[in-house]
Amino acid sequence: MTLSTAPAAAQDLSTDQLLEAYRRMAKIRKFEQRLHLENQTGDIPGFIHLYAGEEATAVGVCMNLKDTDYIGSTHRGHGHCIAKGCDIKGMMYEIFGKQDGLCHGKGGSMHIADLSVGMLGANGIVGGAPPLATGAALTAKYLGNHGVSVAFSGDGGSNQGTVFEAMNMAVVLNLPVVFVFENNGFGEASGADYSVGSKDVAGRAAGFGLPAVKVDGTDFFAVYEAAKDAVALGRSGGGPSVIEAKNYRWFGHFEGDANLYRTKEQIEEIKRDHDPLKIFRSKVEGLIDMAELDKIEQEAEQEVDESVAEARAAAEPTPDQLTVDVYKNY
Amino acid sequence: MTATSTVKGTTMTQTGEQKTKRMSFRQAINAAMAEAMREDEKVVLIGEDLRGGNGGTNPDPTVEAFGGVFGVTGGLWTEFGGDRVIDTPISESAILGAAAGAAVTGLRPVAELMFMDFFGVCYDEIYNQAAKFRYMFGGKATTPLTVRGIIGAGVGAAAQHSTSPYHLFTSTPGVKVVVPSNPADAKGLLLASIRDDDPVIFCEHKALYDVKGDVPVGSYVIPLGKANFTRRGTDVTIIAIGNPVNAANKVADKLKGEGISVEVLDPRTTSPLDEEAVLQSVADTGRVVIADESAARCGFGHDLAALIAQKGFHDLKAPIHLVTPPHSPVPFSHALEQLWIPGAERIEEAVRTVLKED
Repeated sequence: MTLSTAPAAAQDLSTDQLLEAYRRMAKIRKFEQRLHLENQTGDIPGFIHLYAGEEATAVGVCMNLKDTDYIGSTHRGHGHCIAKGCDIKGMMYEIFGKQDGLCHGKGGSMHIADLSVGMLGANGIVGGAPPLATGAALTAKYLGNHGVSVAFSGDGGSNQGTVFEAMNMAVVLNLPVVFVFENNGFGEASGADYSVGSKDVAGRAAGFGLPAVKVDGTDFFAVYEAAKDAVALGRSGGGPSVIEAKNYRWFGHFEGDANLYRTKEQIEEIKRDHDPLKIFRSKVEGLIDMAELDKIEQEAEQEVDESVAEARAAAEPTPDQLTVDVYKNY
Repeated sequence: MTATSTVKGTTMTQTGEQKTKRMSFRQAINAAMAEAMREDEKVVLIGEDLRGGNGGTNPDPTVEAFGGVFGVTGGLWTEFGGDRVIDTPISESAILGAAAGAAVTGLRPVAELMFMDFFGVCYDEIYNQAAKFRYMFGGKATTPLTVRGIIGAGVGAAAQHSTSPYHLFTSTPGVKVVVPSNPADAKGLLLASIRDDDPVIFCEHKALYDVKGDVPVGSYVIPLGKANFTRRGTDVTIIAIGNPVNAANKVADKLKGEGISVEVLDPRTTSPLDEEAVLQSVADTGRVVIADESAARCGFGHDLAALIAQKGFHDLKAPIHLVTPPHSPVPFSHALEQLWIPGAERIEEAVRTVLKED
């Protein structure tokens, strides 16, 4: 089995699909750009890691999934959450640590989860998702429901032993899991060309007996097509596979990172030449009215505005919540 | 052989006559898994060599070649098949991580870690994942995962196959920890663990596998968090868990002949802990020896001692005595290993000492 290396043609998707893909990408962009500003107010506790610039990868993958399919995410998880259908307001409340957040303010940015839409959680442990997603795939295989799971990791996470173990076990047990590596070039502040010994994340897959493909992670259509094949492979009992998506991270590793490992010019160049939303627009020209895409962006911005205003005004968790939900019964 | 004796135990849920069968600790654990798998098809076993030989050079694919490193899972593959008794590569992180992922998405896995010492290569999957899912996801995740593993010194297995790290698990919020001391408890507690909706770490002392006892047949559940008085007495309380319970019982029986009345309290689970039973026994006797194989520092025994110091101080007639291993890895030499183990001799000595103090 080989996975498609050619991008899908825009006309292969319905207008509704195209608009939905853009809606999810625009929501991610607006969400992250706003968080970049909100974080500077000092009102958001802890660490946040922004996904802006990588929108096409999360959305290209998740447009192939159903609510009953699971994804495991990373510390840079907002994009995966939105792509998989998590509620933006619930997310914003959570990031501000409020009682009505998706995790009642107990998880925060790095642990946003919503199992009802198949989101197994952002994960503060690098390389955390692959074993868990492998387990979700075991459930799907055992129940025979044709479900698929996706494990997102970065280039940094690709070096973790958990990832190697999960890939091998997924092959041994022939599980429907797709390992997606978002290679944005940096694990925190260390270059992937330094930390990935072979300098080839996808190339490792062959050693595990896994089909793999490298795609342009900023091109929704390239990711969508590769993921379509990988997901179909899993659903049909064909087992696991690997997608490496080359990406560019617009912001620092975390908010507050001075980005000293790259120049301002490089970042401007990334934003100019590798903007997944711009690339999407160029590919749907003639098929979709650009005014519709503008409207989607405005709606996304409005939704984010509202979610910030509401989240800021929302109630903190009450003291009695401190030890609630450690166990189901204790 | 089938006996019909009443199962004794002050806090067991099943009262009255229940048929029992004489079997080993190993067989009791096997029976609990079989029972759980029969009653719930979501129960699957996952680990290394649960069956063994699968896909290897075994000429007969219908043969169950191994049945677990101590034979605990023997026969289960034959009864339940490869979809439910899942042999894995030697990949402890993937085993526990996949089991956690399967648990949170709808299965009820029983993962086997083989030797509990190996938690060192994979505990992230419990410590940062399974144990925290429910809390950090705001109560929306349920993770009915049981992790079985072998603990305990005494068979010359040396430093990396002999420890009893249940004190470390006990300090992890979000997991429950079970340390059975006899075959009947092993069955009742394992069935309770598998049915439980929270992650449970189930610690099997390897020196107990061949120990036999009368075990109730069929569905038999002991609730987690309920201690058991294995001996009733009035002069001194020995609190012990796991294999040291048997040493404590021996000491109690010996001293009875001298007119010393020893109570032995087995908490059975370290988390949740039956604080009420501990404090009641302290109130009754006023003298306490704690026999614990976990650690010389920050161990389960120290947790008990702190509880008693804080909530039972005024009932104490003498200082609390801790019988633990030294602050060292488990030695290989039989002579040294016997010194390392908090065994009957040291427990007896502590009891005699605590009786003289005031």
